[in-house]
Amino acid sequence: MKILVGYKRVVDYNVRVQVKPDGSGVALDGVKMSANPFDDIALEEALRLREKGVAEEVVIVGIGPADLTAHLRNGLAMGANRAIHVTTDTAPQPLTAARVFLKLVEKESPDLVILGKQAIDDDANQTGQMLAALWGRPQATFASELAVEGGKATVTREVDAGLETIEAELPAVVTTDLRLNEPRFIKLPDIMKAKSKPIDTVELDSLSVEDGNHLKTTQYAPPPKREKGVMVEDAAALVAALRQKGLL
Amino acid sequence: MSKILVIAEHLEGKLNSATARVVSAAVATGAQAIDVLVLSDAPDAIAAEAASIEGVSRVLTVTRTQNAHLLAATAAPQIARAAEGYSHVFGPSTTTGKDLMPRVAALLGVAQVSDVMTVEGPHTFTRPIYAGNAIITVEAPADQTVVATIRPASWSAAASGDNAAPVEALDLDVELPTHTRFVELKQAKSDRPDLQSASRVISGGRGVGSKENFDIIFRLAEKMHAAVGASRAAVDAGYVPNDMQVGQTGKIIAPELYMAFGISGAIQHLTGIKDAGTIVAINKDADAPIFEIADIGLVGDLFKVIPEIEAALG
Ligand SMILES: Cc1cc2nc3c(=O)[nH]c(=O)nc-3n(C[C@H](O)[C@H](O)[C@H](O)COP(=O)(O)OP(=O)(O)OC[C@H]3O[C@@H](n4cnc5c(N)ncnc54)[C@H](O)[C@@H]3O)c2cc1C
Ligand SMILES: Nc1ncnc2c1ncn2[C@@H]1O[C@H](COP(=O)(O)O)[C@@H](O)[C@H]1O
Repeated sequence: MKILVGYKRVVDYNVRVQVKPDGSGVALDGVKMSANPFDDIALEEALRLREKGVAEEVVIVGIGPADLTAHLRNGLAMGANRAIHVTTDTAPQPLTAARVFLKLVEKESPDLVILGKQAIDDDANQTGQMLAALWGRPQATFASELAVEGGKATVTREVDAGLETIEAELPAVVTTDLRLNEPRFIKLPDIMKAKSKPIDTVELDSLSVEDGNHLKTTQYAPPPKREKGVMVEDAAALVAALRQKGLL
Repeated sequence: MSKILVIAEHLEGKLNSATARVVSAAVATGAQAIDVLVLSDAPDAIAAEAASIEGVSRVLTVTRTQNAHLLAATAAPQIARAAEGYSHVFGPSTTTGKDLMPRVAALLGVAQVSDVMTVEGPHTFTRPIYAGNAIITVEAPADQTVVATIRPASWSAAASGDNAAPVEALDLDVELPTHTRFVELKQAKSDRPDLQSASRVISGGRGVGSKENFDIIFRLAEKMHAAVGASRAAVDAGYVPNDMQVGQTGKIIAPELYMAFGISGAIQHLTGIKDAGTIVAINKDADAPIFEIADIGLVGDLFKVIPEIEAALG
């Protein structure tokens, strides 16, 4: 079987993103970029399914500007068989991304699509669910365990109430949560090997995808600041301070 | 004028408190009608609870055996059908709402606004991006249904009690897919207050050191009638179950009092507690970033400090 994996490039999770003083956006010049952490987990899970003999081919997908190639090479070095680069200069909103994924799904006929539960730049948490809806197939979001057997996926999901298990017939869309696995590190020799793996480049405009970038961002603001508080010497002073605030 | 459909969240026959918070956001849009939709196999008790929330115009129920355990794959087509005639469809940005609402939006062919913090106008909202490091103002097109998830921690619950909105059964002729099946839900049952609605939360991080050591956190929480939370590191290490994780990818909470023990204060954790009334941090490292946002900080060893707090509480 074939697995399609979302592999988005985002600002590294260690970067404390700053809003530009004029409120026109966030300052991204020169900041470190990395794979979306949830997408690294998605790729790792796909690779493990291949190593177990459940899947034969793992294809990563990146939708973004021309310079995404180096990022996709990292995913190939991690172990993906090949990459599809959908080029566009406009950051696709989730509905557009889902429509692009649907086009690729129609072309590639994967049995499983694994995406991150959310991209840590827009924090939207939508693309997988939207793709599943447009495709008319099951979705299993926030996966912390995935077993694929006999034409179905059994997925444990991290939900507010605890852990939910569902069964989904394949093909299906799974989105990853943090505890699904711990992604492997890329090894030097694999970076060399990845150089010869194929990257298909397709222009988004050539896919005749209906534009889903409906939301207009009109302003960026820094989050409200919390005042720096006080330090207390010991537990007695802490309890006294809480009493004074009427919290005990 | 806007007409809003609010999707009720419920479990085991009880309405989740997030629903009344979503109603508050609906009221803030200046809606002329706010209807609550209850999908269930036995909706009556849930509907009665929803009908008593201030601001609710009507409660609509859909009774189907497939709705016994809500799955996005089967709930979304029902909601998309029920949404006809509404200008907005709102749900909570809980795991249930996050799973469900984008599927509804895609069926309607519209975008979704995630995690609404404030309503600036019927089509204008603020929401967080980059783990809450930036708050953006977004405009949804006025000629499309607005599908949005409402960030519960940003809204207080609409009052409940005096209202008695009419409850109507809705018969939706929608065929439901059978490709997705519910197997089980493992709940970490406890008598402690619910993390998402508790007024006091005591959290432990990697500094707590082990599953056994976490008992000290539970004990203090019990004494203070508080819910218990944890950092991702504590959950990953297996000290506590996943439903206790607080943060960007866990629960976003807004208690009156939040006390963090042995938590360093990574940005992903802080995102989950920024709306708390008072943040208290106890950490043995005076340079821990959590002290930058704590209202009250105490440098010390949690295993020494907690017994002292208990003694001081009396
Ligand atoms: C995509 C992504 C999403 C994430 N989402 C979340 C999330 O939702 N929630 C979350 O919490 N994290 C999240 N994280 C992880 C986050 O980056 C941090 O790794 C995590 O919060 C650290 O947990 P911690 O503070 O318990 O551990 P550490 O950072 O290891 O801190 C432990 C602290 O305990 C203190 N300590 C040790 N012993 C004692 C003692 N005896 N007494 C007092 N203090 C002591 C130490 O000084 C230290 O400051 C996410 C990360 C990523 C990449
Ligand atoms: N531009 C993109 N390129 C590749 N994958 C994407 C892109 N946008 C979204 N995705 C996938 O969809 C997931 C959820 O994104 P979002 O809905 O934006 O939070 C990500 O973790 C990716 O797997």
